[in-house]
Amino acid sequence: MDNLVIQYRPRKLDELHYHHGLSERLKSLASSGDFPHMLFYGPSGAGKKTRIACTLRELFGPGVEKLKIDQRVFMTPSRRKLDVNVVQSNYHIELTPSEVGNYDRVVIQEILKEIAQTQQVDISARHRFKVVIINEADSLTRDAQAALRRTMEKYTTNMRLILCANSTSRLIAPIRSRCLLVRVPAPSMEDVVGVLEYVAGRACRGNSPDHAACTVVAKEAAGNVRKAILALEALRMQNPLFSEPITVAKPDWETYCQRVGDMIVQEQSPARVMEVRAKYYELLSHCIPPTVIIKTVADRVVDKVDENLKADVMHWAAIYENRMRVGNKKIFHLEAWTVKVMSIVKHFFYDIDLTGFDDYP
Amino acid sequence: MENFFQVKSYGKKAGKERAEENTDLQPWVEKYRPKTIDDVSAQEHIVAVLSKTLSSKNLPHMLFYGPPGTGKTSTILALARQLFGPDNFRNRVLELNASDERGISIVREKIKNFARQTPRAEVGVSSDGRTYPCPPYKIIILDEADSMTQDAQAALRRIMENHARITRFCLVCNYVTRIIEPLASRCSKFRFKPLDPAATTARLQHIATAEKVAAPPPVISALISASSGDLRRAITYLQSIARLHSASSTETEIVPEDVQEIAGVVPDEVVKGFARSLGVDVQSDDEDIEMDGDSERPRGFDAIRRKVRDFMLEGFSASQIISQLHDLIVLHPTLTARQKAKCALAMAEADKALCDGADEELWILEVAVRVHRAVLA
Ligand SMILES: Nc1ncnc2c1ncn2[C@@H]1O[C@H](COP(=O)(O)OP(=O)(O)O)[C@@H](O)[C@H]1O
Ligand SMILES: [Mg+2]
Repeated sequence: MDNLVIQYRPRKLDELHYHHGLSERLKSLASSGDFPHMLFYGPSGAGKKTRIACTLRELFGPGVEKLKIDQRVFMTPSRRKLDVNVVQSNYHIELTPSEVGNYDRVVIQEILKEIAQTQQVDISARHRFKVVIINEADSLTRDAQAALRRTMEKYTTNMRLILCANSTSRLIAPIRSRCLLVRVPAPSMEDVVGVLEYVAGRACRGNSPDHAACTVVAKEAAGNVRKAILALEALRMQNPLFSEPITVAKPDWETYCQRVGDMIVQEQSPARVMEVRAKYYELLSHCIPPTVIIKTVADRVVDKVDENLKADVMHWAAIYENRMRVGNKKIFHLEAWTVKVMSIVKHFFYDIDLTGFDDYP
Repeated sequence: MENFFQVKSYGKKAGKERAEENTDLQPWVEKYRPKTIDDVSAQEHIVAVLSKTLSSKNLPHMLFYGPPGTGKTSTILALARQLFGPDNFRNRVLELNASDERGISIVREKIKNFARQTPRAEVGVSSDGRTYPCPPYKIIILDEADSMTQDAQAALRRIMENHARITRFCLVCNYVTRIIEPLASRCSKFRFKPLDPAATTARLQHIATAEKVAAPPPVISALISASSGDLRRAITYLQSIARLHSASSTETEIVPEDVQEIAGVVPDEVVKGFARSLGVDVQSDDEDIEMDGDSERPRGFDAIRRKVRDFMLEGFSASQIISQLHDLIVLHPTLTARQKAKCALAMAEADKALCDGADEELWILEVAVRVHRAVLA
């Protein structure tokens, strides 16, 4: 059986639970005939993809739900084969070009040319254009973004783009200026509670969690609807009657990261660095993104240390996270940050004056 | 090779027929793209020089550069159309942009092959009843040329020289420094300036009138400040707003706030509230907000951190927030130069980090904390 997230995902704009003003606007755009290229952005779990799917349905009708999943093969100029998964209907095609890393430009070029040069075969289609949905658009390389630019102007009769991203910061200006920007903020706490009550009302007939229980779950999810529904599902397994006390289990990796934070605060020594390092390896080998690791650990450290140290801990997290992105070996920078934080904590503890010793401005 | 051109021209033709069928559905940037070089606004000098080439039959290799949305692509396309007319456009003009494969092998094959074909002499009246100069050369437009590799550019050099008699190149780019020197030095350079507010206003008003959209002066100036000299952006925003308004059921006027939302600009009050929570003294336009401004006074690191978290949940982009906070601080009436300099330093570092793809939340927090320290110092 599908999980609750998928099962109770709204399929029409009218069914979306929150940001009703935005849904209205999307609806009127979809019906107006001259649909623009769009860029949906906002934090993860805010419901961007769901909203895009609903918009597509509004544009083309239920036909967009007949999906084919294909694996397509592309060839780089240096004759390397790339496999990319694409999801498509008669009216749209959806892909995540960042799957192929630095070769994303090849995929973009091929797919867009193909769509742009074929006409809609279904004459009863409501629109002459096909929609290309590009997920994780903010991970596109500069090259791939450049490849989008003129294409977006040139082939407007046959094609519309919908880009989906967490933020617009990493998109080049020429792309931003060719799109209608649609910001999808995270839903408020009450909105999330509303969604949970709706889902629970359908899924757990009879034994629904009450408002207070939903509020506990929503609070923990911090604006991430997907996370909230998954937590509800987990809770239902452990505690089918939703009886007090309601405790929301944190994901394992999160608890693990917090323990690492505690270890750093408790003891600052070479031996402890080695222990922490082993934990980082463990997390990385479970595919937890290094940025998530450093942020979660830093959050925990900040909760535990003296007010005077908090800003410094986050400062170095920002610096080392940045180096991690530019560099190659993630573990080096995680370690370096750990050692840095230990040194700050220890110096503070022994009340050593750090001025003139450090390059923090 | 054969295949490449066939597909291309088929695509173009299909596009054109459709476009004529229904200009209503066209994006306004395309619909109001200048048809002749005289339609191009605010680049008088360039237009004057190019007009001469229309009669003299002589054209140098050219390099157009300047920020996005200033008319570079429009100008060269209009010029080419005026030179060759609709019938010959396709066999005389090759337009390649960053969406086309333009690696070194393509330069060696496709571009070279097109460059060395001798153009057929074309005289007489064109199918639209007009006569065109149709000079005896072809034009190769390399749009967005700054995304070509150095190798590919180097390979162009020879082609440019060997076929100069029958082929002219027009390179179009944003950053002239990305074009290798030997190539740039073979071209006449044309710098496209960001459009000044007067020219942008005129163009926007022209479009608004033609499309029957009521765009009062405050909306026009909001469009201009949100698009910073990029006419494409201004026109796209105008069209988006018009769409949203014509489709919505309620009869409301377009207001400047609509422009800000569409352009991804963080509302002024939100930026001011953020600055205030960092300890920057900000006057509010609104008395009420001024009142509860007091409750937003800084309360240490945790308060700032919470504020940053809320910001991220709102989905605003980090670079946008930082650039708006920057403007607020740099133009601030009472902060000292030293304080401003410290803030600017933090923001510059953040900008660089964000360009490297660093985490947005960490860097907004970094800027926030450092601004907070600077203003309290
Ligand atoms: N100088 C200008 N005069 C008139 N319209 C312009 C001018 N610059 C830009 N535009 C408008 O903006 C759109 C994009 O212009 P374009 O020439 O493609 O810019 P770029 O300089 O990025 O190549 C055009 O379709 C046109 O509507
Ligand atoms: Mg251009």
